[in-house]
Amino acid sequence: MSAAPLSLQGIHKSFGAKQVLRGLDAEVQAGEIFSIVGPSGAGKTTALRLLDLLDSPDAGRITFHGKSYPIRSPESLAQRRRMALVMQNPTVFRATAFENVAYGLWLRGVPDAELRGRVFAGLDFVGLLEAAKDPAEKLSGGEQQRIAFARAAVLNPEILLLDEFTANLDPFNVRLLEQSILRYRHETGCTVVIVTHNLFQAKRLADRVALLLDGQFVEVAPATDFFDHPARAETRAFLSGEMAY
Amino acid sequence: MTDFSEILQIVGLSILVSGTSTLIGSVVGVPLGVLVALRKFRGRNFVRTVAFTFYGFPPVLAGLLVFLILSRGGPLGFLGFLFTPIGMILAQSVIVMPIVMGITISAMMMVEKRLHDTSLALGANERQWRTTALHDARVGVFTAVMVGFGRAISEVGTVLIVGGNIRGQTRVLTTAIVLEISQAHYVEATIFGIILFVIAFAVFAFLQRLQAKGVV
Amino acid sequence: MPREPLPWPSFVTVWRAAFVLSALLIAAGMAVSIDLQPRSFIVLATTTSARDSGLLDYLIPYFQSDTAIGVRYTAVGTGQALDLGRRGDADVVLVHAPSAELAFMAAGQGLCRSPVMMNQFVVVGPNQSDPAGILGLTNATIAFERIRTTHSLFISRGDNSGTNIIEKTIWSWVGYTPSTTNDTWYKESGQGMAATLDIASQLVAYTLSDDGTFLVHSANLELRIDVQHDPTLRNFYSVIPVNASVHPSIFVTGALRFAKWLTSATGQSLIGNYTAGGVRPFQPDGQDLCP
Repeated sequence: MSAAPLSLQGIHKSFGAKQVLRGLDAEVQAGEIFSIVGPSGAGKTTALRLLDLLDSPDAGRITFHGKSYPIRSPESLAQRRRMALVMQNPTVFRATAFENVAYGLWLRGVPDAELRGRVFAGLDFVGLLEAAKDPAEKLSGGEQQRIAFARAAVLNPEILLLDEFTANLDPFNVRLLEQSILRYRHETGCTVVIVTHNLFQAKRLADRVALLLDGQFVEVAPATDFFDHPARAETRAFLSGEMAY
Repeated sequence: MTDFSEILQIVGLSILVSGTSTLIGSVVGVPLGVLVALRKFRGRNFVRTVAFTFYGFPPVLAGLLVFLILSRGGPLGFLGFLFTPIGMILAQSVIVMPIVMGITISAMMMVEKRLHDTSLALGANERQWRTTALHDARVGVFTAVMVGFGRAISEVGTVLIVGGNIRGQTRVLTTAIVLEISQAHYVEATIFGIILFVIAFAVFAFLQRLQAKGVV
Repeated sequence: MPREPLPWPSFVTVWRAAFVLSALLIAAGMAVSIDLQPRSFIVLATTTSARDSGLLDYLIPYFQSDTAIGVRYTAVGTGQALDLGRRGDADVVLVHAPSAELAFMAAGQGLCRSPVMMNQFVVVGPNQSDPAGILGLTNATIAFERIRTTHSLFISRGDNSGTNIIEKTIWSWVGYTPSTTNDTWYKESGQGMAATLDIASQLVAYTLSDDGTFLVHSANLELRIDVQHDPTLRNFYSVIPVNASVHPSIFVTGALRFAKWLTSATGQSLIGNYTAGGVRPFQPDGQDLCP
């Protein structure tokens, strides 16, 4: 039984007739940045949703430090609260930036004084302290995504899940967010799983990279090996740009 | 025929009856609307269709049904609410509630599905999610309340049948207008109509200012 | 398990405040409306023509100061007025439909039935012209026949009210039933008496009206009475306190006092003196037949 913070064993998931995941196996080590890359529609978002316990696999197990959590149980809520997911295309609430970042803390019943401190720290971390009172909808796409990141970061999650979260953003915000992740991981030692279709981003951030193709992890390797000496033919094809994605 | 104090009394009763019934209709309709929109249960689509159908439920018919219920011969006759303001309030609440509920359901259904995932991903349970969704849809829900009030203050059939248009007791602006028209006092009827319009305008202007200020 | 805290608590607070306010308003409404015994007012069901003549608004303050009993009256159609009595929603009924009243009494729903007053139906026509030549007649059947043969414009209530029923009765005596499809001179307003009179005035037409309503509005109309004092067009009003057996909540004492007051010397003289449009439309005809 693996005691890794996150472990996938034989994950299968279909939606109707379409089988999206056909046996995912992986182990994410504590404190690493684990990147999942692959063509669109390969099932990356589905995998992430399963990891965040928003959905359950048809077969296989997901374990956290060796424990698995059936999706509707109160323990699964508790485990979900030890993780945080940031999605692609900012989904901010119709409220101020402050209230957005405070959301997760509110849900957990964090007392007011501590809440304020952590929210302001979070806003500061992404460089949006002056925007605290602004309605989140009025912020730019990049700023909203930074709010979304801060919203997840203030929760001090054990596992941070990021789903293409810099997609469609301008280079300034992309860089800012990438630096935030690196800083965050450095300061807190949390485990990060980042789904991206941007290979350059994976190269910049990941410790290990996994290629998701046809519902399976075709190759899982440390970043340098993955990019410089890919072991599998499919990986080489993918990296060379032969595969359209 | 009607002096100033009588006009004041009619105006006051109109606001009281319609305001209270909007309040009651919203207190019941909004939570119900949230539940129907967000919670999966058997027969949910049926309930939704019924709620939307009641939008078009003719107030006169509601008035007739409430009359039959509150009449002495009816099941709740012992309360003695027929031909009283409380009877009118209850009858109008019956009309307002489906409207508020229906528009709330529409507003809640427009809340982005992905907000649900986001909310859960940040650690919400279903009950917390419902409050979150309601908060996000609050503009639409507020509209629901306003539409409900608009319906209440302008309807005449229910309050006429259940209230009886009794002078000094159950006469409101709309029933006063009907009375004046039936007696061919068109000037008086128009004046009441203008007063009604001014009140509705003032209420909506006030509510809109609240909305603009972000209170809602 | 402790309750999970909610985000945006202010929203829930608003709901709670609204709930409390609703409960308070309902409680206040109930406190004001719930039947207090002993009751200090009667509920009177009557007809629109009784209200439109202005007589009730004239009489009621006198009654209230004489007896300290309030009168809350609702004016509906004859059928509904009697039905309100039948249901026990009214304590006393004042209508002018003898056959319906007798049926009401026969069913044991009325405690007693006292005649109160009478007025009459009149045929009114344009001030300045008389195309059918009916001015001065005292026979409505002949007048209607002349209106028909001259195809003079006639406005009917067309709403099955008491007045409308009388009108149809006269046509049945004439032996002809006009309809809007066959007879272009025959129009239906579908509205109350005052509106119908207004239409007749505007279109320069004849119509049938109770004299009370006509006199109240005559100043604003270009109409005059052409046919009156037809014995068959007399309109008899009766007051009927509802039988206590209909419903325990009936305020029998108050209803009886009202009925007796109407038929008393005071009530009768007030009725006879009531003036509208310079004329006294009601003839006191009262008799106290109540215990």
